[in-house]
Amino acid sequence: MPILEIKDLKAGIAGREILRGVNLTIAPGEVHAIMGPNGSGKSTLAQVLAGRDTYVVTGGEVRLNGRDLLELSPEERACEGLFLAFQYPVEIPGVSTSYFLKAALNAVRKYHGEPELDAMDFLKLMKQKMKLLDMDASFLSRAVNEGFSGGEKKRNEILQMAVLDPKLAILDETDSGLDIDALRIVAGGVNSLRGPDRGILLVTHYQRLLNYIVPDYVHVLRDGQIIKSGDKNLALELEARGYGWLEEPAAAH
Amino acid sequence: MPTDTGTIESLANKEYEWGFVTDIDADALPKGLNEDIIREISRRKDEPEFLLEFRLKAYRHWLTMVPPQWANIKHPPINFQDIIYYSAPKSKKKLASLDEVDPELLRTYAKLGVPLAEQKLLANVAVDAVFDSVSVATTFKAKLAEMGVIFGSFSEAVKTHPELVRKYLGSVVPYSDNFYATLNSAVFSDGSFCFVPKGVRCPMELSTYFRINAKETGQFERTLIIAEEGAYVSYLEGCTAPMRDENQLHAAVVELVALDNAQIKYSTVQNWYPGDKQGKGGIYNFVTKRGKCLGQNSRISWTQVETGSAITWKYPSVILQGDNSIGEFYSVALANNYQQADTGTKMIHIGRNTRSTIVSKGISAGHGQNTYRGLVKVLKGAANARNYTQCDSLLLGDQCGAHTFPYIEMKNTTSRAEHEASTSKIGEDQLFYCKQRGIALEDAVNMIINGFCKEVFKELPMEFAVEAQKLLGVSLEGSVG
Repeated sequence: MPILEIKDLKAGIAGREILRGVNLTIAPGEVHAIMGPNGSGKSTLAQVLAGRDTYVVTGGEVRLNGRDLLELSPEERACEGLFLAFQYPVEIPGVSTSYFLKAALNAVRKYHGEPELDAMDFLKLMKQKMKLLDMDASFLSRAVNEGFSGGEKKRNEILQMAVLDPKLAILDETDSGLDIDALRIVAGGVNSLRGPDRGILLVTHYQRLLNYIVPDYVHVLRDGQIIKSGDKNLALELEARGYGWLEEPAAAH
Repeated sequence: MPTDTGTIESLANKEYEWGFVTDIDADALPKGLNEDIIREISRRKDEPEFLLEFRLKAYRHWLTMVPPQWANIKHPPINFQDIIYYSAPKSKKKLASLDEVDPELLRTYAKLGVPLAEQKLLANVAVDAVFDSVSVATTFKAKLAEMGVIFGSFSEAVKTHPELVRKYLGSVVPYSDNFYATLNSAVFSDGSFCFVPKGVRCPMELSTYFRINAKETGQFERTLIIAEEGAYVSYLEGCTAPMRDENQLHAAVVELVALDNAQIKYSTVQNWYPGDKQGKGGIYNFVTKRGKCLGQNSRISWTQVETGSAITWKYPSVILQGDNSIGEFYSVALANNYQQADTGTKMIHIGRNTRSTIVSKGISAGHGQNTYRGLVKVLKGAANARNYTQCDSLLLGDQCGAHTFPYIEMKNTTSRAEHEASTSKIGEDQLFYCKQRGIALEDAVNMIINGFCKEVFKELPMEFAVEAQKLLGVSLEGSVG
């Protein structure tokens, strides 16, 4: 059974259609990259999958491990194993990173009928995961994303992904705003989270990220539809030739 | 956010948990206010002559005053002749110990989560409980007395330590101070009294719990706390009232006096009945709280969490008279539904090198109106005075309001005052971020609010900080959408 199955998904905002029939299937263990020019609908796709209610779904269906994703609330989707690493991680003043993550982890555990982790076990888990991302313990006591540098914010997203251990991780422009060292660390973290049971969807504007996180499949999104799919070489070709050589899809609308 | 509104409103209509009425015989005076009523209150309390004089002086002055109009609050005029000024639970005789307190009263306090039976007490909190107009029980009195700490009801202090009462009563808030304080000076019924002698660090938190029970009754308590040279005391008050359709008046006065090197920490968790969702009923809370840093290096801190009352009109202040003295004000004020809060502080710098810090967090939700009003006044002699003020407002929804009125008067050129202010809306982005991590909406809102209030909560004693967080959660249910 695929982890994610998107069929003819249509969605938009205030009467404007942005996704105009997206089809995509991700099997366990696969890493897919979605590329496309600005305004093609990449981030909209990520937000719609996570359940952002600014967007209205007007057609199609989405299944996460066979379950109808679209009927679930954002928090249920998260508990069912969908994780979104935000392009712009949000600051929550006064709430420590450890408090936030513990609340998140325990909400997910509770959803699955598992006992909540106590402070000691949680700290142990955190320390282990923070090593992956080369983060020091002071992170835990700082308020969520407040005063974090761009690189720290992105690392914090991947740390959360590592702790929450999702089935499907969607990384929205995770490379944006990162210098090369930070990119290496973040990519290293993501790579360590690749596994036979997990699906990963990378949303990115540039090929650069894909040098570090090598995808199994690359898709090009344009005007709300996937117009071309291929392997990692497609990304290299896009890097060399831009998006212009790709024809408009034949489908009439 | 249409979906969220549905979710949270369904959870929401949580009633005010403390709104029950205790069925107990009360010994009340008739409604209305005149000199006879005041003489009768004084007579029933068997008061010394000086106190009756104080009351009458205040009453005569009050007759010349009008209610203040400057606050950003709206309410119909209060009919001061339609209020009962004295109500006491009936008891057959003078109480010698807790065992003799009416079990119905003890049950009331147990229901409110205030354990009066000493063996059940948190080991480190001594409680004085005021029911309607009278103090009903004080715990740990004996233990405190060993250290020379006097803690108990105001009425009792009048009998046992009249010289202290006489010396300090009205020394911080004079009888003529303002309309509501003057009214209180005329009719106050009971309250708490605390005296910590020279060099003593009070070994436990002292706490007063105020409860309005009787109908059409006003509560006018008077609290006086004195910390002598080098003494320290941490004091907490909590308050609740039954749910009633009509508004009830609460007009208290609190006076604090800190001598050389003394420190007083005064924390309030105020949860008077706020009225219903349409704004009907609730307590009118008109309170005058002021501390005087009389001695050098003395320090007074006010920490308040104001979640209740239909109207809150309250400006806990510090007069920084002694050189190097410190005044602090940390406040969380919530205005939900139709609540109105006009609250803040006054820091009056008189002595040299005096410092003050003001941190105010206002949360507005529903149709609530939240106003911060603060005065920082630096007098000519206050060389090197420093003030730091931070006012943050958080809005939930688009029907509520936040207002900030900071007043700064500087008469000394070596002094400095800093003011920072911010207003923010609880962000959809923040909520979505939390939900995407699996955290339910109501937990996310609580988390964000508590983060917003953190600088204030950390000033509260541990167990009360927990209480305050819970209270804020309950008071805000149903207000996001």
